[in-house]
Amino acid sequence: MSRTSRSGAMSRRKLLQAGAGLAGGALLPSTLATSAFAVGDHPALGTWPEGSQGDTVNIGAAVPRTGTYAVQGEDELKGWQLAVEHINNGDPLLKKIAPKVSNGLLGKKVNLVVADSAAKPNQAVQEEQTFINQNKIVLMTGSTSSAVAVALNKFAQREKVLYVTGISGSNDTTGKDCVRYGFRQNFYGETAANAIGPVLVKQFGKNRKAAFMTPDYTYGHTVTKSVNDYLSKNAGWTMVTNQVSPLGTQDFSQYLTNIANSGAEFLVNVNWGRDAVLSIQQAKQFGILPKMTLVVPYQIPFLAKETGPELTEGVYAATDFWWTLADKYPLAKMFVDAFYKKYNYRPEWGANNAYMSFAIWARMVSEAGSFYPPDVIKQYEKGETFSSTVGDVHFRKEDHQLVRPVVIVRGKKPSDMKDKEDYWEVLEVVPGEPLMQKPDAFGCNLGDYT
Amino acid sequence: MINWANFISQCFNGLVLGALLALIASGLTIIYGTLGVLNLAHGAMFMLGGYAGFVAYSYTGSFIAAVVAGSLFVMIVGVIVERGIIRYFYKRPHEDQLLVTFGLGIVFVEAVRFFFGSLSKTVPPPSALVGITPLGFMFYPTYRLALLGIVVVALLTLYVVLYRTRIGMIVRAGIEDSVMVDALGIDVYKVFMLVFGIGAMAAGFAGIVNAPVVSIAPDVGEAILVQTFVVVVIGGVGSFPGAVLGGLIAGEIISITSMFNPGYSYVMLFVAMTLVLVLRPYGLLGTAGRE
Repeated sequence: MSRTSRSGAMSRRKLLQAGAGLAGGALLPSTLATSAFAVGDHPALGTWPEGSQGDTVNIGAAVPRTGTYAVQGEDELKGWQLAVEHINNGDPLLKKIAPKVSNGLLGKKVNLVVADSAAKPNQAVQEEQTFINQNKIVLMTGSTSSAVAVALNKFAQREKVLYVTGISGSNDTTGKDCVRYGFRQNFYGETAANAIGPVLVKQFGKNRKAAFMTPDYTYGHTVTKSVNDYLSKNAGWTMVTNQVSPLGTQDFSQYLTNIANSGAEFLVNVNWGRDAVLSIQQAKQFGILPKMTLVVPYQIPFLAKETGPELTEGVYAATDFWWTLADKYPLAKMFVDAFYKKYNYRPEWGANNAYMSFAIWARMVSEAGSFYPPDVIKQYEKGETFSSTVGDVHFRKEDHQLVRPVVIVRGKKPSDMKDKEDYWEVLEVVPGEPLMQKPDAFGCNLGDYT
Repeated sequence: MINWANFISQCFNGLVLGALLALIASGLTIIYGTLGVLNLAHGAMFMLGGYAGFVAYSYTGSFIAAVVAGSLFVMIVGVIVERGIIRYFYKRPHEDQLLVTFGLGIVFVEAVRFFFGSLSKTVPPPSALVGITPLGFMFYPTYRLALLGIVVVALLTLYVVLYRTRIGMIVRAGIEDSVMVDALGIDVYKVFMLVFGIGAMAAGFAGIVNAPVVSIAPDVGEAILVQTFVVVVIGGVGSFPGAVLGGLIAGEIISITSMFNPGYSYVMLFVAMTLVLVLRPYGLLGTAGRE
């Protein structure tokens, strides 16, 4: 009895909802009509012009705050927050990168809205959709997983809202899955491989045997391929085994057993976030480390802090940024100091990438003098050289990848560390241009502006 | 093609993983079997055990203190949760029970994240169990060997409690037919509280003894919960021997498949579960009619 009456109530409610929907639909065309001819000659596009009509513009970040990449996500988030603060108060560091920014962007304050993506593509897309509907965001960011970056790339292109990646190491992000509306600041599989490869060959010689550990998604597969291609083609190294594990694996014993029985001399670990921490700790338990030499081709923020410097001692890694670059680059010093002052620890490369990607976006918007997405995109595509925390950089117009150096680091011996965050020694800053593939080599086709 | 040293090693891995899954699953299965509540907070209990043990370890430096603290803390949490929340849900629909335990799991995980952050925490094994032991066919981490022993002892203890004590008899009777137990004049709700406490403790104990193998983070229980469900389904809902058998089968499937192609190890696990559901819908050692 109660069940029937309940279902009766449900259908009444549904009817009301449907009625409200119809009423809303009737109102819709008039609002659309006002916005369609709001600014200049351009028809409305994505969240433009609605998103930039008030005195504040919103940016939506879908960042992992839970799950395998939570630690790295929090660091990124701090970088974005610092950048927003610097845009709004016209900080000297930000003005070195984006000289035309003064207390906000084109006279508007910038506001960051944040949601937890758990590094899941569907969740990230849903959240950005909500931000587009509710906050009329003018820019999206997020990732720390290339699976998310690729999904948000496609979403950005469809929704015509700009997207700058968070951490994304897959070749595909500015390769076969590149889009007109997406931009990447950080290094990636191919540049990492071409930067760390020569160092490894010089250090360890030719014809060595390596076991790979690869997370099972676009980042893992492309990075492993790039590194293996370099080492096998240039120095005759062999991949004796490639252990592919799902994102979020906790127990690596099965994979490590295969590696222990593979006869490898090197363990090239492409796993990332907590997967990297656990697989390295467990490799130690299995006696694989220090018997084999560990190589980390795509550096993981906080790796040394989580595993302890004993496990990262002597480990070669390619990275985007390390805080001791402050000795070399004035902007890096300004960034590290500002970050340390606000958060009381030295930023990892995720935070640096986050800061830089927003600062660059602010530069492009202020130079273009417009939030209209095609204007901003064309500003990026001019490929102008500008200052960054790792020296002069520029965007490549064919695939929207920043041409930037890759930093090679080696883990310090605990006794050589000058303070508790002095985990890595910078060996080399490798110029970016020669590391990159030809713009069309990974099948990039950017798509339309409108 | 098959490297026998590797094969034996993987079988051994499967045994260790399987024993751990069996222990966690037995907690889940006796709770479900007796109370009829599918406890989606079971993974969070596993995680809580690790963190309670971590706190005890930081203060005392003793691994044994960590294990005792981890298990007792989670048992107490289990009893409080049962008295405070779960018992009001016995008569409510299954969806409500799923939602409330799912919600509890989120609360526990986020509370731990709030206090401890997302950076993983390490509980080192006792110094006597650090290092590697040669087994002839392979080298194996000493603590993992010890873990196998620890978990087997825990499972035997659970067996003795369930099959050789009066309270165990009541619990098993409750699994078969809790209404009848109630009708016989036994306060079945007190038993429910106890079962929930013991079930939670099994997860908490597993959480802390596993902490030296897999350093703990707030999300550590999530993945293990899914595997535990598969174990319970394979073994038969409400069956303690089923949980043990299911655990070992799951562990071996994951390990042996990964010798050929690790990418398929979980696929094969779910294939096995599907096969069991088709051929023996109540699980390998389950019986029809249990709720």
